[in-house]
Amino acid sequence: MAFLICGPKMATCGIVISIWGVIMLAMLGIFFKTHSAVLIEDVPLTEEDIKGDKNPLENIFGLYNQVGYNCFIAAGIYVLVGAFSFCQIKLNKRKEYLVQ
Amino acid sequence: MGALFRSEELCLVQLFLQSGSAYNCVSELGELGLVEFRDLNPHVNVFQRKFVSEVRRCEEMEKTFLFLEQEISRSLLPPFIYPPPVPSPAPSPAPSPAPSPVPSPALSAPQPRELLAIEEESERLARELREVSGNWDSLRSQLTQLSQYRGVLIRTHPLTMSQVPPPPPSLETSSVLDRGQDIRLSFVAGVIHPWKVLAFERLLWRACCGYIIVDFQEMEERLKIPETGEMVQWMVFLISFWGETIGQKVKKICDCFHTHTFDYPESTAEREEILKGLQSRIMDITMVLSQTETYLHQLLSRCVSVLPQWKVRVEKCKAVHTILNLCSPSVTDKCLIAEAWCPVNKLLLLQSALIEGTRRNASGVDSFYNRLPLSSSSSSPPTLFTTNSFTAGFQSIVDAYGVAQYREVNPAIYTTVTFPFLFAVMFGDVGHGLLMTMVALWMILQDTDHTKNTHHGNEMWRMVYGGRYLILLMGLFSVYTGAVYNDCFSRALSIFPSAWHIQPMNWSDETLRESQYLSLDPNITGVFQGPYPFGIDPVWHLANNHLEFLNSYKMKMSVIIGVLHMTFGVCLSYFNYSHSGQWSSVLLVLVPELVFMLSLFGYLVFLILYKWLAYGPQESDRAPSILIHFISMFLFTDNKDNPPLYAGQMVVQRVLVVMALASVPVLLLGKPLYLCYHHRRGGNHTTEEESPPVVDTSSINSLLGDLEGGGRRQQQEEGEFDAVEVFLHQAIHTTEYCLGCVSNTASYLRLWALSLAHAQLSEVLWVMVMRISLSWQGMLGSVVLAVIFSFFATLTVSVLLVMEGLSAFLHALRLHWVEFQNKFYSGTGYKLSPFSFSPIVNPLQTGLSSQLAP
Repeated sequence: MAFLICGPKMATCGIVISIWGVIMLAMLGIFFKTHSAVLIEDVPLTEEDIKGDKNPLENIFGLYNQVGYNCFIAAGIYVLVGAFSFCQIKLNKRKEYLVQ
Repeated sequence: MGALFRSEELCLVQLFLQSGSAYNCVSELGELGLVEFRDLNPHVNVFQRKFVSEVRRCEEMEKTFLFLEQEISRSLLPPFIYPPPVPSPAPSPAPSPAPSPVPSPALSAPQPRELLAIEEESERLARELREVSGNWDSLRSQLTQLSQYRGVLIRTHPLTMSQVPPPPPSLETSSVLDRGQDIRLSFVAGVIHPWKVLAFERLLWRACCGYIIVDFQEMEERLKIPETGEMVQWMVFLISFWGETIGQKVKKICDCFHTHTFDYPESTAEREEILKGLQSRIMDITMVLSQTETYLHQLLSRCVSVLPQWKVRVEKCKAVHTILNLCSPSVTDKCLIAEAWCPVNKLLLLQSALIEGTRRNASGVDSFYNRLPLSSSSSSPPTLFTTNSFTAGFQSIVDAYGVAQYREVNPAIYTTVTFPFLFAVMFGDVGHGLLMTMVALWMILQDTDHTKNTHHGNEMWRMVYGGRYLILLMGLFSVYTGAVYNDCFSRALSIFPSAWHIQPMNWSDETLRESQYLSLDPNITGVFQGPYPFGIDPVWHLANNHLEFLNSYKMKMSVIIGVLHMTFGVCLSYFNYSHSGQWSSVLLVLVPELVFMLSLFGYLVFLILYKWLAYGPQESDRAPSILIHFISMFLFTDNKDNPPLYAGQMVVQRVLVVMALASVPVLLLGKPLYLCYHHRRGGNHTTEEESPPVVDTSSINSLLGDLEGGGRRQQQEEGEFDAVEVFLHQAIHTTEYCLGCVSNTASYLRLWALSLAHAQLSEVLWVMVMRISLSWQGMLGSVVLAVIFSFFATLTVSVLLVMEGLSAFLHALRLHWVEFQNKFYSGTGYKLSPFSFSPIVNPLQTGLSSQLAP
């Protein structure tokens, strides 16, 4: 019972946000990996990337991939948060069952 | 036609209830929740009605129940959960007459002998509870006092032993004889509230100037103060003094401070004797107290087990008697006559209920009903809609504006589709729509868990829960419109490849380098390859004239939707006119209205659609402006700079404007002139305006002398035909309609405005919140992204879903209530409120469920 940190409502909030976060961030990651043009403004492009250099396209794609990996890692973080919230929910249920 | 197209057909029935079985019949009808009784004694005072004594008796019993409830809540014994969950009432017809050890599940209105039993037992319980409670209280206070005394004796024992040894008897007597002074020490012992100790001590010292010795000791156990019931650790004090005057002073001061003083015997032996006596008395009292508590416990548990059922049954009895008060006794006084509104398709059910009631009473003569024809002089019948949990939400938002007149066209059935659609037009976003759908699905799935339904006390939650099907539809439609607008959390989805291509533009590097914005020319081959298969092309999100394009599109779409919605509303009034047989209104009101609307705004819609279809990218720089054409149509001018859209446009427009202008006087004067002409032609002719009135009103009210009054009233209606009022009414209607057409069409532009606001808000949220985290360099970006995503989620839910959702809900509701419904809906009816026991049995289920089918 020492692990019971959140109450039932906060744990439910946590799991809802985790599920949403996992799905949305995973899809964002996929869209970044496929170099979707719609997301171009979200990628941290700078002037040198576009203008100078030998292969500006490679740079841009590299940046896309990096943001994509960031998204996947964030999705992974949310998997952990979701697992934690799930444990909290289980503990809360058990506590509710035990104490009269 | 379907059940929701019009309100159900109701009829006025006259119930002849035999005196013996009247109570049972009405209670059967209450269980069914079928009919609404009318008050047949409106002029009779409440205290003069027939069954007022029974009602009063029920109220007395309710007072007793209230007392019992208070006693139960006062004792708050832990094992009881009060109020216990009410058992579901089994509609079994035969209640058990003998009191059974297990409470019977049937909660029907009690028969007279059962009522008597309940009354007796409740009074007995109340009496005994009062007695036992009083006993218990006095025993407790006695125990407290004895404990205090004992505490005093115990605690001061070491004091007196140590401090002052008792003077040897020889000295005592000699001193009395010798000096005539009393140097014997006297004691005052008692207990005082610990908070008053300091003040007490100080006052004693000041008053007695050091001629006394005071000692304070804490008591071992905590005892209760009888008045407030809190546990306090009393302080024992022992005051030793000599002299009479000081003794009196001390005693007065003790009284002042509300201490409890006890006799303090001098010698140890006496003290020990008293102590022994006290101990035995305390033991006795404790035993008696525990027995009293057990008995109290028994009584309270008996109360808790039967009280909920009694309450329900007595309330039912009171309700039945209240209804019986509304009936009028017949001349022979052998039966009661009641009048009620009953749905026509439930008449058989009514009959069976009456038979059932008679059977329960085992009386020979049946109660029966007689259907009365509806006359024009009686008030119009109430409106009844049979809804299920899906349609109840939509019906309630229509009813919030106004309950439909009897047999008027019900807009609720169209609202099930148009309302979520108009909401979605203002809310369109795939992501937000999906979230809304998830929430609604969760609420709907909660529905299967019935135990949770009725216990949510929160008003707001119950309102939101009641609209769960609304929210589901709103979410689903929003997903659709979001797909059309191509918006998902303000990002576009490229499901199909975009139709615009940059390569064929052949821009050189310098062109790309020097200008910030370049325009794609669709006339160059290869740039634009045909329209996007579904929705808006994702390339528009990258264009900086995104808003200009969308504004034009959304404004035109709003006008089209608005004109369609309003025309539909006007067409619905046809059904109202045809049902009431007002064919003249169809020709003189409906047709001019339609002509006016369609020739002006229908033509505008036609222009919009024509321009969309006929003009392509080749002519886009020379395309005529619809707005200027529309304005010049009204002004009968011709703008040379604006080429016509199609050949013969000027002629067509002139004809349409003339038609529209011609329809206005028809609308203004047609109906009143027709009514005047008709009235002058024949006074006693039954008009086509209303269904033929039946002069023979066999309603009880009219039999009691109102018949002449009714007849006179009818003649007055025919005779005094107020021409001015009719003309004025029609003039107001015409003005309202014609000006309303213009303003309401403009009002539908809020569909554009709100969808723009939603899209912009959503974009701002993305740009300001998510973009920061996505543009973070390096691996730390992922952690930042995870944290900022939670902010994004919270803001999306609170601002975009809740706030924007409520706003779009409100505006869609307004469009329905004002722009749609003022074309055909009057909303001046009243609901059928049937006599039913369900608010007694389920006190939390109000509002929406009152219209649910039983």
